[in-house]
Amino acid sequence: MNIDSIQNGIVIDHITAGNAMRIYELLELDKLEAAVAIIKNATSNKMGKKDIIKIDAAIDVNLDVIGFVDPDATINVIRDGKLFEKKKIDMPETIINVVKCKNPRCITSCEQELDHVFKLTDRKKKIYRCIYCETKANI
Amino acid sequence: MRRSIIDIRDLSPSEIMELIGTSEDIIANPAKYAHKCEGKKLGTLFFEPSTRTRMSFEAAMYELGGHVITMAGAGSSSAAKGESVADTAKTVSCYTDIIAMRHPKEGAAFVAAKNASVPVINAGDGGHSHPTQTLADLLTIYREKGHFDNLTVGLCGDLKFGRTVHSLIEAMSRYTGVKFVLISPEELKVPGYVKKEVLQEKGIPYEQTTDLETVLPTLDILYMTRIQKERFFNEEDYLRLKDSYVLTPEKLVNAKEDLVIMHPLPRVNEISVKVDEDKRACYFKQVLNGKYMRMALILKLLKEAGTI
Repeated sequence: MNIDSIQNGIVIDHITAGNAMRIYELLELDKLEAAVAIIKNATSNKMGKKDIIKIDAAIDVNLDVIGFVDPDATINVIRDGKLFEKKKIDMPETIINVVKCKNPRCITSCEQELDHVFKLTDRKKKIYRCIYCETKANI
Repeated sequence: MRRSIIDIRDLSPSEIMELIGTSEDIIANPAKYAHKCEGKKLGTLFFEPSTRTRMSFEAAMYELGGHVITMAGAGSSSAAKGESVADTAKTVSCYTDIIAMRHPKEGAAFVAAKNASVPVINAGDGGHSHPTQTLADLLTIYREKGHFDNLTVGLCGDLKFGRTVHSLIEAMSRYTGVKFVLISPEELKVPGYVKKEVLQEKGIPYEQTTDLETVLPTLDILYMTRIQKERFFNEEDYLRLKDSYVLTPEKLVNAKEDLVIMHPLPRVNEISVKVDEDKRACYFKQVLNGKYMRMALILKLLKEAGTI
């Protein structure tokens, strides 16, 4: 399958198969005017199957969102049709207003002005917990 | 430094021993502490009903020679007008030297502590944390047993929603040789994260059972809990489970002579009143111990804040 190569933009590669839609949703790529391609279940020598997102616009993506969903993904910044920069992703220690706490008993459920903040509590198991009620984040 | 206590994990084991030491000294020499907080004010912010915790905090402050300003309930406060916890905390900080707060929402005390300019003590935030109850529990265990190590602790009743249970497991799991026996109906078992992240992570032995009588003779501590109506979204589930365990003198026949029977109170019917006469019943001592630990904690936080 061919997708046109991009001139100036971003390729999020090596996304664990199945995670692309979650990243698309959390990065709010649906609000972009630019062309965005989601490739699901592409063949990968390293991973077997992987997802890829291509964004045909030189935007700043929130690396914390990608690090939160899939820290093994890679970011390639494309300028003038060439690879300009590879960005390494790490799991962020804190994520703010990326996901909402699902606990109906959490203070954030009734006080709208509070930021939804999650802290990384277990790097190995990729567990983030709400700083208010300690409920696990839904990745 | 202004420091707040939101969860029992905010206190190290050595700080807990320090609070136990202060409490023991208060018990032995109450007059020495009668004027320690003279001129200081405790604000009690209780957004949900509570008798014993609020009165315990108020009695603690009075016995330290301080004053108490109280808010009757959420219905009569600015919260009813839509004020945020953050704004309430900022406002009450202007009138008080320390705040004790109970709120039905989990994390409310954390929000208050972030915004208050005085120390905040969490007096219960929904099903999340209730550190001063755990301090009362720890002082009771220490005074009855003289140590925390090598104890078999049985927790019985609502182990799912019971915040005091989770905090006590967390606190007791810091000591060596402690074993837990978790006694509950299937529907009210200890949540998976407590088992995984506290017990299994630290390699602490535990046993899960639905049968209180079989395990009772093995226990050093029996911590009974109430099935809490207010934690259920569905009344049918509550009615089905509320009478799961009732401790009676007959059931205690085979229990150890030095068993310590505890309960965070209020009880409904899970401990028969006939058990009150048993010398092993310690739940009313626990209430008194709660007041002493709250006195010790108020003193510690006001000292650290440089207020006294």
